[in-house]
Amino acid sequence: MRVGLFVTCVNDTLYPRTGRAVVTLLERLGVQVDFPAEQSCCGQPLFNTGYRHRTEPLLRRYAAAFRDHDYIVTPSGSCAAMVRDNYPRIAAKATAEGRPGAVPAAVAEAAARTYELTEFLVDVLGVTDVGAYYPHTVTYHPTCHGLRVLGLGDRPQRLLERVEGLDLRELPGAEECCGFGGTFAVKNPAVSAAMGTDKARAVTSTGARALCTVDNSCLMHIGGILAREGSPVTPVHIAEILAGSKEDGADGTPAGDGAGRGAAR
Amino acid sequence: MTGTYLGMPSFPRAADASTRDHRLRANLRRATHTIRAKRDRAVAELDDWVQLRAAGAAVKDRTLRHLDHYLVQLEESVTRAGGTVHWAADAAEANRIVTGLVLATGEREVVKVKSMATQETGLNGALAAAGIRAYETDLAELIVQLGDDLPSHILVPAIHRNRAEIRDIFRRRMAEWGLPAPEGLTDRPADLAEAARLHLREKFLRAKVAVSGANFAVAETGTLVVVESEGNGRMCLTLPETLISVVGIEKVVPTWRDLEIFLQLLPRSSTAERMNPYTSMWTGTTDGDGPRAFHLVLLDNGRTDTLADTTGRQALRCIRCSACLNVCPVYERAGGHAYGSPYPGPIGAVLTPQLRGLASPLEESLPYASSLCGACFEACPVAIDIPEVLVHLRERVVEGGTVTLRGTRTVIKPAKRHATERTVMRAAGWAFDHPRVLRRGQRLLARTRGLHPGRLPGPGRAWSDARDLPEVPPESFRDWWARTRGGSGRKGEPS
Ligand code: SF4
Repeated sequence: MRVGLFVTCVNDTLYPRTGRAVVTLLERLGVQVDFPAEQSCCGQPLFNTGYRHRTEPLLRRYAAAFRDHDYIVTPSGSCAAMVRDNYPRIAAKATAEGRPGAVPAAVAEAAARTYELTEFLVDVLGVTDVGAYYPHTVTYHPTCHGLRVLGLGDRPQRLLERVEGLDLRELPGAEECCGFGGTFAVKNPAVSAAMGTDKARAVTSTGARALCTVDNSCLMHIGGILAREGSPVTPVHIAEILAGSKEDGADGTPAGDGAGRGAAR
Repeated sequence: MTGTYLGMPSFPRAADASTRDHRLRANLRRATHTIRAKRDRAVAELDDWVQLRAAGAAVKDRTLRHLDHYLVQLEESVTRAGGTVHWAADAAEANRIVTGLVLATGEREVVKVKSMATQETGLNGALAAAGIRAYETDLAELIVQLGDDLPSHILVPAIHRNRAEIRDIFRRRMAEWGLPAPEGLTDRPADLAEAARLHLREKFLRAKVAVSGANFAVAETGTLVVVESEGNGRMCLTLPETLISVVGIEKVVPTWRDLEIFLQLLPRSSTAERMNPYTSMWTGTTDGDGPRAFHLVLLDNGRTDTLADTTGRQALRCIRCSACLNVCPVYERAGGHAYGSPYPGPIGAVLTPQLRGLASPLEESLPYASSLCGACFEACPVAIDIPEVLVHLRERVVEGGTVTLRGTRTVIKPAKRHATERTVMRAAGWAFDHPRVLRRGQRLLARTRGLHPGRLPGPGRAWSDARDLPEVPPESFRDWWARTRGGSGRKGEPS
């Protein structure tokens, strides 16, 4: 099985530890991971702001970079949603508008091979117990793209429940958007901050030490607000929890020590 | 009503003020969360909701594809049943027609059934200018009218008001409009309802002319349908001598049988009821029963232009149930007024810019009034992919393109305000397609990490005002991979 890691631009630049956790985790499960360096951003920020045409070269690039992989795995729900939900539409539209360069067939085919990490673990590898150890209280925020576009269902929770030592706390109003939304946070700062503050409050109310999602963008937003409010809750990507094991001494503070997220400043 | 939508500020500016209004936020939160939970239960009762939803969308789509045919059929059926059909290309024409019809009766007062179409055309203002007083009879519309306010929700226009505020409005204003509020009116819901009932009864018994909208218009039979909870609409539809209904052209459904679908979808999505308490249907005029004269004003007002847009036209499926508003986290915080139109919330964000065109900074800002969380799409009983239309309209704002305006294909230019953003996005698009450039940028970021400010300049300011910024790690994933595994995987990237 050839598995290509689509790390995404945000993880590559700001959260490399998430990418490293995916590699650790998949290799522990016997999967050989490959990182094609020609990969780039999925184009979500461009597309969502209205620059659809500008994403067309990125579609081509994605299809080419992962041409030879049986599966493409990404630790980002929103980027997986972009690829699976929007790539085929963008490619089809480009062709309809007379720009066949977006290679609809190759793009649709690559989109179909794309899996968000927890989907890959549960659906393809068929595991829920990944042999992880994480002795902390955790609350899980199901991100909008994971929940509604990908339909992840309870896959992430099923994985978390099998982590040794982990105490999963229910998050009130879990299905409500955290208010990040990419450029939404910049274009509508007041509403975005109001949504994020409510989410942060819900997180704190669970008493959990760590907040977990399948997407670092949402964690950056909620974590940034938690940090500004001096909250002790640590934002941590699900890959980092699932990659934790007794051997690397994951006991003291929750892994995902804040580096690279709303850190103390 | 003195309220007007002209000169409204752009969405972010309006929302900046409303998110700080704690009473407004508390009122909205309580109301939307209550109805949201009830709606979930009402929908879960039906095993075939998914199929019903698909059927609703399909009937609407097919009707919209052959709209010309069904509208002509509707006109014939209504005329055959003794009604008169009028066609209005825009709001001004619709208002002119209605005003003329009322003046011709010699009356100077009309009672109104809650109607989105006449909110859209600003009919009450036009009637007032012609010396005609329009009385809203829907309880929430009455509160809005007495309070010199604007509606802020499709179903519950006064959702932003709590009981105490309503009592104060009634005490202060009812006397000016007719029967005064009872002495010592309290804020108990039953007392408030009774005050409104007494106030409105006088209007019902006196009025000779009524103005309504319609939820559906059946082409086959010429039947119009209004669904409501209070029964005040039925009073207006039966007591007066003349009935004038202003109806958007997208409200037509082909056959009587199609109502079976929509009369299940609408109440459950809207008020979370299995069936709405009052369903009124009328077909033209009948001797000795109901109004002697019936006029149907079919309103275009941007709908044909919207129909010409293959992605945007799905917004015309909307049955105005307001489910999307009640689940929208943005609506919940910003409130309905921030959307600057009688159509607030997610549907307003896609409908208003299409009906009015990208006429001002307000309409340009509406497609961005969403985090694209998808809750609206999930809730919509006719499966309008609102996030898809939002992104489509964003494209129109930033890139311009060909649109249909008043029936003519026109090329519109990108909005000027987005010039800087466009440059940044072009540069980003180029960098994303050149990973080597991206990598150089990452390294520069990492090397200068000690120098990064705690607050961002420019448009990022607002971001860092509310949140701490992430810290840049010393090594990107790409560099870590090249350093530790560079030789094993596929060729590393030449740097
Ligand atoms: S868009 Fe859908 S959910 Fe919103 S009001 Fe219209 S029909 Fe209801």
